[in-house]
Amino acid sequence: MANMSPVKNPIPEQDPNVRNKNFLEVSLGYDETTAVDEAQRCLNCKNRPCVSGCPVNVQIPDFISLIAEGKFLEANAKIKETSSLPAVCGRVCPQESQCESKCVRGIKGEPVAIGRLERFAADYAMAHPTDDAVEVPAPNGHKVAVVGAGPAGLTCAGDLAAKGYDVTVFEVLHTAGGVLMYGIPEFRLPKAIVQKEIDTLKAKGVKFVLNFVVGRTETIDDLFADGFEAIFVGSGAGLPNFMRVPGEGYNGVYSANEYLTRVNLMKAYKEESPTPIYHAKKVAVFGGGNVAMDAARCAKRMGAEDVYIVYRRSEAELPARAEEVHHAKEEGIIFKLLAAPLEVLGDDDFHVKGVRCQNMELGEPDASGRRRPVPIEGSEFILDVDAVIVAIGTSPNPLIRTTTPGLDTNRKGCIVADEVGATSKEGVFAGGDTVTGAATVILAMGAGKKAAAAMDEYIQNKNK
Amino acid sequence: MYQILKKRRLSENVVLMEIDAPYVAKKAEPGQFIILRVDEEGERIPLTIAEYDREKGSITIIFQEIGATTMQLGLLEEGDCLHDFAGPLGRASELEGLKHVAVVGGGLGCAIAYPQAKKLHEMGAEVDLIAGFRNKDIIILEDEMRAASTNLYICTDDGSNGNKALVTDILKQQIESGKKYDAVIAIGPMIMMKFVSLTTKPYGIKTIVSMNSIMVDGTGMCGGCRLTVDGETKFACVDGPDFDGHLVDFDEAMRRSRIYKPQEQSAIEAHREHCNLLKMEVK
Ligand SMILES: Cc1cc2nc3c(=O)[nH]c(=O)nc-3n(C[C@H](O)[C@H](O)[C@H](O)COP(=O)(O)OP(=O)(O)OC[C@H]3O[C@@H](n4cnc5c(N)ncnc54)[C@H](O)[C@@H]3O)c2cc1C
Ligand SMILES: Cc1cc2nc3c(=O)[nH]c(=O)nc-3n(C[C@H](O)[C@H](O)[C@H](O)COP(=O)(O)OP(=O)(O)OC[C@H]3O[C@@H](n4cnc5c(N)ncnc54)[C@H](O)[C@@H]3O)c2cc1C
Ligand code: SF4
Ligand code: SF4
Ligand code: FES
Ligand SMILES: [Mg+2]
Repeated sequence: MANMSPVKNPIPEQDPNVRNKNFLEVSLGYDETTAVDEAQRCLNCKNRPCVSGCPVNVQIPDFISLIAEGKFLEANAKIKETSSLPAVCGRVCPQESQCESKCVRGIKGEPVAIGRLERFAADYAMAHPTDDAVEVPAPNGHKVAVVGAGPAGLTCAGDLAAKGYDVTVFEVLHTAGGVLMYGIPEFRLPKAIVQKEIDTLKAKGVKFVLNFVVGRTETIDDLFADGFEAIFVGSGAGLPNFMRVPGEGYNGVYSANEYLTRVNLMKAYKEESPTPIYHAKKVAVFGGGNVAMDAARCAKRMGAEDVYIVYRRSEAELPARAEEVHHAKEEGIIFKLLAAPLEVLGDDDFHVKGVRCQNMELGEPDASGRRRPVPIEGSEFILDVDAVIVAIGTSPNPLIRTTTPGLDTNRKGCIVADEVGATSKEGVFAGGDTVTGAATVILAMGAGKKAAAAMDEYIQNKNK
Repeated sequence: MYQILKKRRLSENVVLMEIDAPYVAKKAEPGQFIILRVDEEGERIPLTIAEYDREKGSITIIFQEIGATTMQLGLLEEGDCLHDFAGPLGRASELEGLKHVAVVGGGLGCAIAYPQAKKLHEMGAEVDLIAGFRNKDIIILEDEMRAASTNLYICTDDGSNGNKALVTDILKQQIESGKKYDAVIAIGPMIMMKFVSLTTKPYGIKTIVSMNSIMVDGTGMCGGCRLTVDGETKFACVDGPDFDGHLVDFDEAMRRSRIYKPQEQSAIEAHREHCNLLKMEVK
């Protein structure tokens, strides 16, 4: 009997005024009873509209039915047929614009909480490991390399290892995981979850070589010379863009990547961490995406009293996940919408002392279809802050582009790849943010999956 | 893990270590650097590749015990291991085609300047190495520098080695005496590089400086190492570390390198306290 409640079962969360002072996870997850109850809101629609909203075709009604029946491990296995990282995607996918946007229950009321259920199944499976030893497939004798240990690379590595390939992942940082480790904060995606996924890959025989800079330690061509038959490049889009407004060289101006890396990867949120960070009292974050929300919420947790999001457009255009915006507001982040920074102001010590901003209004739609922000004459104002975090986007770093002859990239520095990830250079496949520019975890994962299949086909054909 | 194969103390607080790092040694070139972490909880710090041995698969670093992390590093002994050691990072120095060069090193910067002098010397260039130290007790690598240069000039701030001068004085004397340099390479504290650049500017001599901005990842991901060169934002770790000294905004770079001073100071105190506790336990 379907549960006809028009709203989702709420997910228990830490109190906003408690959690904005700690780095523990905000959402605590459904318990079994709530998960079953929520699963019963699904109508098991024949035409499965929700599935079409998922970039990797998770068989949503099927896994939800399994949850409704109390078969939680089976539900997780069902998700894993098409998605490699359900514990991650359940937490960070922009469900409101993907799977849940297509759910029929959303027409009159709230959609089924697909993301929360996905997270539930994955967490349940992690908490109840089965004794079956991890299946290590028979080696097929072919060596492949993966560059970058973000969601794209990890997914590609996992799928190739499952086919018997000898897979080596080369990662430049000292920790695998990409943005999942260095960018997205602990309170949104606990690092232990990501580490578990990496450990599972290791158990399947995937080798990780950390501290390895592809393009410098070895080039793509060197890797071919080492005997790798195909290479997947999933090196992300990590290079931060700056606004090019005056004053960005002042002390106290961070890129979001630097701020988040110091806080997350380098653990500056722990008192005893040797990595220094500036403890600001008032912070302005430029940008309105997930990165901006994460930076703002980290700054609050690091002790800032006032944290502002400064965004050029209106609430409706905020690119961040709806849940993050909601959480940020609950935690006391102040939204300065329809406002653009003009200049960072500094004191005699060359440290940030404020930001000069200007109000905007929305004009005609631009090329992206969004209404263009237009400055309002005479609307300048000053925000009194002692730190600025710039979160206006990132581009791929130049390490691979400039050291791989024959690899085509576009004007933005992204690697050009077709829909299965093949690039202009034979044997080189690519996917994730390095191809699309900054996008989402699930798209990166999907790209890694498609490329793994294409690499398998490429190697099989070559060896016929 | 990256084992310490050799450790040598060059002066009271300058240490040389040879590290087992075959991947890095395979490709390293003068001008490049590595980023290391001493242990699993450590911060990432960049150090220049002072020397490399491709056959042995080793990299030599020379560092000054200046703060908590370098002091902790200095406590390690031969046989111990570093947790992380990534590289080679940055672009190699462009030394091709240089025939007459002045390499200017300030203090510890000599350790970083020396491999460039050595490579230039091996390539057949005439190399004047001008090395400045605060006093004679902290002069390092004198024999190595002599072997890597055509002329070696060592000066001290206090004159304790019998040659009281600033590196810029000596450089200026050489230029005025008619030496024609294709390039001047300056490596040392930012303030020294700034003044070397100011010295060469009127003569229009190309001046290359090695910018030691504060870094985290060293891969172009954080933007923390950014500096302004000819009005444009550049990242020292991927666009450098070498830049045209006449175009660098040194004042901004110097101010940026001081941002964590208070925290670095308390980290040093915490480190000393920790060491004292350890000593007491040993007793
Ligand atoms: C703060 C933040 C919050 C985000 N929040 C969300 C969210 O809520 N939901 C969502 O769906 N998406 C979110 N995203 C976007 C998402 O994280 C990315 O789209 C996704 O991680 C891209 O995956 P990737 O594998 O392509 O690249 P990355 O995750 O960037 O991984 C690339 C890896 O390659 C390594 N690498 C780079 N160059 C080299 C080299 N030369 N040699 C070796 N290794 C190299 C990098 O160190 C890195 O580990 C967020 C991003 C950020 C920064
Ligand atoms: C490309 C490059 C090459 C370098 N090569 C050498 C070298 O060969 N030998 C050597 O002794 N030093 C070198 N340095 C400087 C060295 O990285 C710092 O001395 C070291 O990080 C200090 O760390 P600490 O914790 O011991 O001291 P702290 O007390 O933390 O810092 C002392 C000073 O070092 C600088 N510093 C601190 N953290 C960093 C960081 N993460 N990155 C860069 N600078 C920092 C700051 O100016 C700071 O005021 C190099 C720096 C760069 C960027
Ligand atoms: S992977 Fe993401 S989009 Fe797909 S069903 Fe799960 S939460 Fe929805
Ligand atoms: S559209 Fe909604 S109700 Fe229908 S099957 Fe999908 S999740 Fe269930
Ligand atoms: S050190 Fe992070 S971009 Fe250079
Ligand atoms: Mg330090």
